[in-house]
Amino acid sequence: MLELLNISRKVGDEVYVDKVSLSLQRGELNILLGPTLAGKTSLMRIMAGLDKPDSGSLRFDGRDVLGLPVQKRNVAMVYQQFINYPTLTVFDNIASPLTVNRISRSEIASRVGRVSDLLKLGDFLHRRPDTLSGGQQQRVALARALIKGADLVILDEPLANLDYKLREELRAELPGLFAEMGAVLVYATTEPTEALVLGGNTACMFGGAVEQFGPTLELYRQPVGLQTARIFSDPPLNTLLLHCRHGELRIPGSGQSIKLAAELHDGRDYTLGVRPHHLSLVRRSPEDIEMRGEVTVTEIGGSESFVHFEFQHRAWVALIHGIREFARSEVVSFFVQPQNSLLFDQSGSLISNSTAMIMTQ
Amino acid sequence: MATIELQAIAHQYESGQGSASSDAAEPFAVNTLDQCWPDGGAYALLGPSGCGKTTLLNIISGLLHPTAGSVLFDGVDVTARSPEQRNIAQVFQFPVVYETLTVADNLAFPLRNRGLPRLDIDSRVASVLTMLGLQEKANLKARDLSVDDKQKISLGRGLVRTDVKAILFDEPLTVIDPHLKWQLRTELKKIHQQFQHTMIYVTHDQTEALTFADRVIVMHEGSIIQVGTPQELFEKPQHTFVGRFIGSPGMNVIPCVVEGATAIVGEHRISLHASLGSDFRNSGLQNTELGIRPEYVRLSQEQGLPAAITAIEDVGKHVVVRVMLAGHELKAILREGELIPQHPKVSFEPGKINLYENAHLIEAAE
Amino acid sequence: MKTVNNKAWLMVLPVLLLVGLSAIIPLMTVVNYSVQDTFGNNEFFWVGTEWFQEILHSERFHNALQRTLLFSALILAIEIPLGIGIALAMPKRGIGVSVCLVLMALPLLIPWNVVGTIWQVFGRIDIGLLGHGLASLGLDYNYTQNTFDAWATIIIMDVWHWTSLVVLLCYSGLVAIPEVYYQAARIDGASRWAVFRYIQLPKIKRVLLIAVLLRFMDSFMIYTEPFVVTGGGPGNATTFLSIDLVQTAVGQFDLGPAAAMSLIYFLIILLLCWVFYTVMTVSDQRASATKGRNH
Repeated sequence: MLELLNISRKVGDEVYVDKVSLSLQRGELNILLGPTLAGKTSLMRIMAGLDKPDSGSLRFDGRDVLGLPVQKRNVAMVYQQFINYPTLTVFDNIASPLTVNRISRSEIASRVGRVSDLLKLGDFLHRRPDTLSGGQQQRVALARALIKGADLVILDEPLANLDYKLREELRAELPGLFAEMGAVLVYATTEPTEALVLGGNTACMFGGAVEQFGPTLELYRQPVGLQTARIFSDPPLNTLLLHCRHGELRIPGSGQSIKLAAELHDGRDYTLGVRPHHLSLVRRSPEDIEMRGEVTVTEIGGSESFVHFEFQHRAWVALIHGIREFARSEVVSFFVQPQNSLLFDQSGSLISNSTAMIMTQ
Repeated sequence: MATIELQAIAHQYESGQGSASSDAAEPFAVNTLDQCWPDGGAYALLGPSGCGKTTLLNIISGLLHPTAGSVLFDGVDVTARSPEQRNIAQVFQFPVVYETLTVADNLAFPLRNRGLPRLDIDSRVASVLTMLGLQEKANLKARDLSVDDKQKISLGRGLVRTDVKAILFDEPLTVIDPHLKWQLRTELKKIHQQFQHTMIYVTHDQTEALTFADRVIVMHEGSIIQVGTPQELFEKPQHTFVGRFIGSPGMNVIPCVVEGATAIVGEHRISLHASLGSDFRNSGLQNTELGIRPEYVRLSQEQGLPAAITAIEDVGKHVVVRVMLAGHELKAILREGELIPQHPKVSFEPGKINLYENAHLIEAAE
Repeated sequence: MKTVNNKAWLMVLPVLLLVGLSAIIPLMTVVNYSVQDTFGNNEFFWVGTEWFQEILHSERFHNALQRTLLFSALILAIEIPLGIGIALAMPKRGIGVSVCLVLMALPLLIPWNVVGTIWQVFGRIDIGLLGHGLASLGLDYNYTQNTFDAWATIIIMDVWHWTSLVVLLCYSGLVAIPEVYYQAARIDGASRWAVFRYIQLPKIKRVLLIAVLLRFMDSFMIYTEPFVVTGGGPGNATTFLSIDLVQTAVGQFDLGPAAAMSLIYFLIILLLCWVFYTVMTVSDQRASATKGRNH
């Protein structure tokens, strides 16, 4: 188990990691999700022992490992770039973490055989990495991390440089591989879809800090804050700033207001968040909140349409099933069910995503 | 703006001279192909890495001279012309900016090279800055910008030229964060709808290709497999490769035996009438496969073929359920909140089944 | 891989000792000398900054300094553009690359005094290929008597010897530029000059800085070659600071003034290097501040 307590790191005036506390279990996949420069790589470097935090403590299986150099920590790393020894064969590449540990040849051969079967590299063992495709090269790097039997395995956007379909394929395989390792696994990605497919636990990072940590689906369904909701939405989360008057929030243009069981404070601003796939072209119940906007552009996927529209001077997008084309500047009504709307207070904390009462005047 | 025609284009790399923009070792050849892309369209070249899409793009832009065939812009043979003479713009995977120049000077660069009058340059640059939302950054040095802004500058250097024949994109969003990807792509789409530039967009990402283009050209191992609208590629993939490559997850393809107008999978019989017309009769088809999109696979308690659930992947906005049907894995997509039956019966949406012989689509008789 | 020990630091110890003995101790000795006078017998008197004042007001020092500065300026003005030019002209791939690289590396492998001797012989009007050749063409060339000829010889010699270094550094910078930059420039219709000015020059700026610093320091401290070829002459025409310094210290055994001169010399080099460095990196400051986080 890897425990981080109040880890912070600053370089110059810039905060790389901001008071991060996490407790990561062995055998579980822990995903760091956030945009570029959110601090994912910085945090992973601290976990690996490549960088030292300015403050905080780091314990592995109860032992304080702060200050222990990376060589002593039994860490394996896989990077975005496919890093292999170019002059060694695939077999020797995979075996390289073992050869420094004085393990017998037959033992090495059998372990390489097992790992290469797992990663479908059996046919390429005698080739050089640079004669392989990108996906296969990254499999070799993964195999090296796997065979090492490391206590901590760090994967820094390992699929980012791969083709879309290869990514899909590896995403499906990775959870099984990770279960084999029994190590503490940390996996960084910028893509919410990737986090959701991989499952496990996710820590949402933004500006060096972790806003929320927990089971991936739970974060998606119950974000505690606006940043997590934003980071976890693909296409991007639609938001609207609402000003509270007479204890209610008026939705402009629809004559509807939101009231909550909990108190709304007059004079404060709230942010309404709606995920694109929760917007619909049809009203399913009278409580549905209506958003009328002017269409800016429609993108057609294979079986779905992304309708971009301007709602109260904000760019919104609706994910509509089926092929729906709208003319530019066409005014269209979209509806969201109250239980699917997210409401955040001024500080960005979630107030409610189910207790909204919609009043129609 | 121009209509782009490719006549019997083929390309073979000399040994040892790989494609410079790719990291894989084998050279990406293009087999003989003919294409005509009318003026003002948005086209996407879609395929896995190594399929020759970037090679084809570089042949169009003139960065690469094809081994055979000719490239025509508006009926004029431009095969022998340089990229500059062809008057095209190209945006690359990694943003290329002139680091020591300001944003505005970067945009003015192609115009200054062509010796335009200063006043014209200033007004063009100002309008492109507005178009891309870069007004406030006009006087910053390009190297101090974020990667997405840099990519906007690369695009802007194409947009700034009024006479540009086509704007070519080589996986332009690869290095951009997911949220900014959406923003940039829709911005691009808006610009296309407003100004009707001929745009050709190379990508391996099917979502990008489908959402950007009016027509998608799917490539595989140097050949064009299918050209069609996003909807055509989704509903009627001409080849099982297209079916699998497009869609996330891709189309389910399961071997079957065809008897009359019925497909037989294991001991299950599936009617093909709705897909292939009522007078469809099997005429000695070999190596037949059934293609069905996960979006069109229904799971219910009551009707259909019994199957066993092997895995459930909840990805938030939908759930992917993997089931075993007569020894074949089948994926089904269920919308958020839909109930997953414990002992599901599988049915296929009528009219959405595709039949393939030797991986090629059997078309319905009209 | 597994074991980490601090024994590694022990390995560094000899180097530290060596640097200590060869650099710091002599430097302190020089500082010591520069503020003292002696009449022999190992008796030393404290003279404060007297030697420094004397040197700074001495015409001989001023002349030597001017000559050295002029020499460095000429060397930089010739070798840097020439080096960039050759690097640009070199092939980027194919067999030509290794041929060019070997050719470029050759002059760098020859020791200083050998270079001096080669050119000393090469330029002699009686037996030297160059000297004799020029003389037989009717040109009045004699580096031992004519100031211009002496300077020309030393400069050409240095250019021949050291331009390769600039070439190799610039070449390494040039081949690191990704192909897409050139492709984009072609599409933008950039001229050859625009490509150089806006792509190649910014990209090789860092290695160019190193080249400028190395060539400046080296040329400013040039000693062996002029000593071998011209011996500082004709007259004092090629008596650079280094030669002057050695004459003062070894020839006249004026240890105090020589020590003061060394320190002034050292400080001038330090100052000029700092100026070069600042001027060439000042525009990079902001860029490098935002870098480092990008992986």
